[in-house]
Amino acid sequence: MDTLAQTFLTQIEQFLKEKSLEASAFGKQALGDPNFVFDLRKGRSPSTRTLEKVRGFMAASAAAVAPPAATPAARAGKAFTHLDRLEAESIHIIREVAAECEKPVMLYSIGKDSAVMLHLALKAFYPAKPPFPLLHVDTRWKFRDMYTMRDEIPKRYGLDLLVYVNPEGIEKDINPFDHGSQLHTHIMKTEGLKQAIDKFGFDAAFGGARRDEEKSRAKERIFSFRDSKHRWDPKNQRPELWNLYNARKNKGESIRVFPLSNWTELDVWQYIHRENIPIVPLYFAKERPVVWRDGQIILVDDDRMRLLPGETPEMRKVRFRTLGCYPLTGGIDSDAENLLDIVEEMLVATSSERQGRVIDKDQAASMEKKKQEGYF
Amino acid sequence: MTRFVEFTGGDVEAFLQSQENKDLLRFITCGSVDDGKSTLIGRLLYESKMLFEDQLSALEADSKKLGTQGGNLDFALLVDGLAAEREQGITIDVAYRAFTTSRRKFIVADTPGHEQYTRNMATGASTADLAIILIDARRGVLTQTRRHTFICTLLGISQLVVAVNKMDLVGYSRETFEKIESDYRSFAKGLGAENVTVIPVSALAGDNMIERSANMPWYRGATLMAHLETVPVGSTAVDGPFRMPVQWVSRPDQNFRGFAGTIASGRVKKGDALKVLPSARQSIVERIVTFDGDLEEAFAEQAVTITLKDEIDVSRGDVLCAGAAPVEVSDQFEAQVLWMGDSEMLPGRPYIIKSATKSVSGTLDKIKFKVNVNTLEHVAAKTLALNEIGTCVLELDTPLAFAPYRQNKALGSFIIIDRFTNNTVGMGLITFALRRAANIHWQATDVNKVSRAHLLKQQPAVLWFTGLSGAGKSTIANLVEKKLHAEGRLTYLLDGDNVRHGLNRDLGFTDADRVENIRRVAEVAKLMADAGLIVLVSFISPFKAERLMARERIGADFAEIFVDTSLAEAERRDVKGLYAKARRGDIKNFTGISSPYEAPEKPELRIDTGLHKPEEAADAIIAFLRAKEDLTTP
Repeated sequence: MDTLAQTFLTQIEQFLKEKSLEASAFGKQALGDPNFVFDLRKGRSPSTRTLEKVRGFMAASAAAVAPPAATPAARAGKAFTHLDRLEAESIHIIREVAAECEKPVMLYSIGKDSAVMLHLALKAFYPAKPPFPLLHVDTRWKFRDMYTMRDEIPKRYGLDLLVYVNPEGIEKDINPFDHGSQLHTHIMKTEGLKQAIDKFGFDAAFGGARRDEEKSRAKERIFSFRDSKHRWDPKNQRPELWNLYNARKNKGESIRVFPLSNWTELDVWQYIHRENIPIVPLYFAKERPVVWRDGQIILVDDDRMRLLPGETPEMRKVRFRTLGCYPLTGGIDSDAENLLDIVEEMLVATSSERQGRVIDKDQAASMEKKKQEGYF
Repeated sequence: MTRFVEFTGGDVEAFLQSQENKDLLRFITCGSVDDGKSTLIGRLLYESKMLFEDQLSALEADSKKLGTQGGNLDFALLVDGLAAEREQGITIDVAYRAFTTSRRKFIVADTPGHEQYTRNMATGASTADLAIILIDARRGVLTQTRRHTFICTLLGISQLVVAVNKMDLVGYSRETFEKIESDYRSFAKGLGAENVTVIPVSALAGDNMIERSANMPWYRGATLMAHLETVPVGSTAVDGPFRMPVQWVSRPDQNFRGFAGTIASGRVKKGDALKVLPSARQSIVERIVTFDGDLEEAFAEQAVTITLKDEIDVSRGDVLCAGAAPVEVSDQFEAQVLWMGDSEMLPGRPYIIKSATKSVSGTLDKIKFKVNVNTLEHVAAKTLALNEIGTCVLELDTPLAFAPYRQNKALGSFIIIDRFTNNTVGMGLITFALRRAANIHWQATDVNKVSRAHLLKQQPAVLWFTGLSGAGKSTIANLVEKKLHAEGRLTYLLDGDNVRHGLNRDLGFTDADRVENIRRVAEVAKLMADAGLIVLVSFISPFKAERLMARERIGADFAEIFVDTSLAEAERRDVKGLYAKARRGDIKNFTGISSPYEAPEKPELRIDTGLHKPEEAADAIIAFLRAKEDLTTP
């Protein structure tokens, strides 16, 4: 087959694809020969006359049907970007909860995702304030910088902040050192959250979790229902269609709502950059006193940190990709001192953000199991 | 989880800018069980270098433990996130993953293939711009391929990509591929699918996924990834006339009253004339308020807050529309419904219908046909079961501002919510309105219920007796009527058995027929009460939902009387010998035996027939009626 015929055939194949046309129908319509394309594919070289006829046929039918518009009409010069789209979707979700639920609350964990979620809530109701309080379920072992931020931010925006600590945890002095990460997290976080929701009677709680964080999160609905014991039943989730959220619940049930479900880690950073959202300084690299433990860099954040024999704190330039209880959160070596550095570092990163979370690795499918127990 | 092959260092700010200007494609993957959907997504993520090292090492470990690929990487384990899915090696629910290439951002929903999880597939499909339908090259177009294609076209997914997978297992045969392509195209044409692209691939071996396959030189089209990166998508909503369902009324103080919502279509400018529907009140846009400052103009998909020049009544659920092109308003529609409830849909039963930001009570009725999703045949049906799709009449208690689904997804879609379980039991698409709400009026008459009741010197009432067959409803109702009659009251007793001889002779005892049975009797009782009568209704009326419907239709005149007799006792008495027959299986759908009885939770009156004789019960009811009259007569 010569090059001319080859090019010609490629054009025809493309045309068939675009028009969803059968090869036989094409041959019939263009030349009255249903076998034409098949012969061509077998290597037949067409005559110049045939070639012209077929090209004329393709040109005519291309002109007859105008190609569909590839993009929507221009938006007065300003593009509606990927972030704009995510922002609008999250605002829609937050407003829907405020409209349909009786007593919503926004979980405020002080991290970057919480910061973004709070910013979206401020946008959703502007010029009014968000019609719900913030709730921090405290484990008493967060980084000190986090507590500073927690006390400052609600004041700045004039929002109500509720802080809840599981009294059993205080009484028994539950801590990550004596009780291990699993028990500490279970009592202070999971049980604490359940108690707080029951105590205040919240029927919906916003959380900043994203589907890109973890496999079982990827399966969770935006409106995620919990039974009266706060359990998630992953095998029996309500269908969730379009942006029509069904917020009706049975007695005793409550809802966890995830407005950032469709955001990725990069989206969050990009948005923090674009909107200039304040975040905890721990995300930026600085010389900090740390020790190495079980392959993780752990910050010696206060004098409660128990050093193991042979451990001496060393100063190291580190930062944190996620924030939790300081003895359970691994840092990374980094020189990233501003947002753009962080993003750059993330772009070349070879491990995921939850890699620094000691609690996720305690057992296989651990997040799903924790969520079934009532973890956010 | 996002990685970028194209970032090679340099100006991060410029890079971010380039990222931000990318558009977003949301797509789903569907197909039969074992066609390799999860493998395909895993492969796309892997090949696009979307996986981090810790995720890869976890995948390696999982593949050895749970994998089905003989120790090689099993990509399905990346997306099948639930423990049950990993154990069983199947996909149960939708998983969403985000990834990015140099040209586009993507959110992919991996949807389950099993028919029993169709509702989960629809969940993923409702937000998708494109669908990848997988076909196993060895098996060709199957029932499930047809079902999934049908659902995708039903939901208006504009781009369909058919990935003929496992080409490596058919020796990369061109004949096999072309046969499948032509089979599929002739089927899809019948559904009106417009943009269909068929690509031969091997997700496991990587053929035509990212790179062109050397094994299939005869295929000249784009690879799967190249197609996903270049296919035109994007909402056309911005081109339509302006519509915004009001989501939230913002009133921070006396001076501000704004209407917050997401613009469903079109654009809006300061000074535009708007019409609010269903009320049809008009005003002019004063401000478009956002946190980042007022806007001159806003477009479809933006979440904004609009203030109007006039103080007119607008609440959540109303739709702001371009003044010159308002939406229609109706309370009766033809709709396509996909049923998602575990128990079947009951025509005539009131459900909550949520469309855009409005929730109203409504019924689904007169099923024209259901679609056999495997053959696309239209089949006559009285009801819809789980995962069945049918065309029926949607009737609402309150008029709704709407647009047909084909014109506007946001204003033409609805979900169906069960009033008792609160579950989402169905999804629907409005095809068109059957009548305009403006054309129906309630005929006002001069002689009315009050004047008729006055003439009869009595307070109309509907005494609704419910309870098991043989509980003693008719006996007690009969006694009550005799006593009232003796007092000179005008009464009428509607008895279940008697009505079934006439008005309801066409109805059987299926759940659907029971609902209709009650609906008709409630309407008749309502008319009789309107005529001034004291109506006694003696019906088993086993379902809470229908008793609630009767209560709502009849209003304040309604009183529920629960004749409470245990099943054991009713069966022991068995006056009509019906229980014995039901136990033998001679009668189907018999309440208490083979069909449920849902006892009232808060009846106006409960008669325990174990404690009270019929005579005492009748006296208690008369006393109750007197008390009710005293309350309502001034």
